[in-house]
Amino acid sequence: MTIIQFDKVTKRFGSTVVLDKVDLSISEGEVVVVIGPSGSGKSTLLRCINGLERIDGGDLRVDGLSVRGGRKDIRAIRREAGMVFQQFNLFPHLNALENVAFGPVHTRGMSHAEAHKIAEELLAKVGLSDRKFNTPAELSGGQQQRVAIARAMAVKPKLMLFDEPTSALDPELRQEVLKVMHTLAEEGMTMVVVTHEMAFARRVGTRLIFMENGLISADGPPAELLDNPPNQRLIDFLQHVE
Amino acid sequence: MEFDFSVIVNSMPALMRGAKTTIYITVAGLIGGVITGLLFGLMRAYGGRFINGIALVYIELVRGTPIIVQVMFIYFALPVLLEVRIDAMTAAITAITINAGAYIAEIVRGAFLSVPKGLTEAGLALGVPQWRVLAFVVGPVAFRRLIPPLGNQFIVSLKDTSLFIVIGVGELTRQGQEIMASNFRAVEIWTAVAAIYLVMIGIMTLALRLVEKRMRIL
Repeated sequence: MTIIQFDKVTKRFGSTVVLDKVDLSISEGEVVVVIGPSGSGKSTLLRCINGLERIDGGDLRVDGLSVRGGRKDIRAIRREAGMVFQQFNLFPHLNALENVAFGPVHTRGMSHAEAHKIAEELLAKVGLSDRKFNTPAELSGGQQQRVAIARAMAVKPKLMLFDEPTSALDPELRQEVLKVMHTLAEEGMTMVVVTHEMAFARRVGTRLIFMENGLISADGPPAELLDNPPNQRLIDFLQHVE
Repeated sequence: MEFDFSVIVNSMPALMRGAKTTIYITVAGLIGGVITGLLFGLMRAYGGRFINGIALVYIELVRGTPIIVQVMFIYFALPVLLEVRIDAMTAAITAITINAGAYIAEIVRGAFLSVPKGLTEAGLALGVPQWRVLAFVVGPVAFRRLIPPLGNQFIVSLKDTSLFIVIGVGELTRQGQEIMASNFRAVEIWTAVAAIYLVMIGIMTLALRLVEKRMRIL
């Protein structure tokens, strides 16, 4: 069943067209890996899905709700679509547990006790039970990103958006984050992942999208696209990242 | 000349009354100033063009004129314009409120805008309403960044109360001036007055350090 539907979505920053009439349909359970050179529009594509960027043309529906809808619709979409950022963006004045509990408390009006129980479970899942009382400043980058994943999961989203989740991490810290993402994928979570991790794309992704200049220029099973790139631009790009 | 301590001892009760008045004006004025500053600072940071414009006019009017002119305007000119009576104490507190409010507004704006945009986005991305993100994410982080410059403004405002000598409020400097006028012991009196200011500001600085320590600056 389709959960994300791009219908000729256009997004401009000033006079620059960042997304150019993009059509894209993503079904439940898919793990879509989005790659492309910087400035190709892949982060914007992701940020349009949860309304962090407003679209200028076309329509974009998430679980039946349009991102062009009112504030209430946007908030509903955001609760369905968890997001993980390149810079983690954990709340620095709260500890790991409070960070994860933040969503349930402030969107669903859940009691602190209840929210903390959910947060404990999620922290255990990302392997950070022993760090729940630490603040972000006391955690490594990899740990911070795992807390950020738990935080996004706490509002029980139907899909997860990852915006270059490992790009700000040292190579030895990337694996712990990728492992958590792998587990999520195995549990059937619908995921859209902007990344340069080609090994992850091949192993975990069910679909690979290559973007350039605001357009989707290749779309298919990861192994197929990576082994036999259909166009010269993708060949060039893959030479740069691998 | 001989430094006569008995002069200081004898004038202590009057000087302490003055110090009390100084503290009273400072505390009352700064409570008003913080509220005003918060309001106008948030108007500057998040208001639309019109709201922002109003706040900007207020801030520039205050920053562009000396506080001594402001208090004279409140005490002498405003009663004529509005046909009301304003006592010196009210004028003094109002002057600190309006003056500190403008500077604090800029501090508040700076602190809120210095909070990384990513934190707001992270809050919004969870589906949390904008006002809650402001109140529970941006606000608390900004508040911690606010404390050092705010402390600075508190100290400036406390010292500014000495200018209210011109409207005859019985604050510390005024008390010193009056005692001096009767006994001409300038060295003793102004030494004592300076020392009392130092102690008041010293205590304030210590208190601010304590708050800073308890709240990690993020």
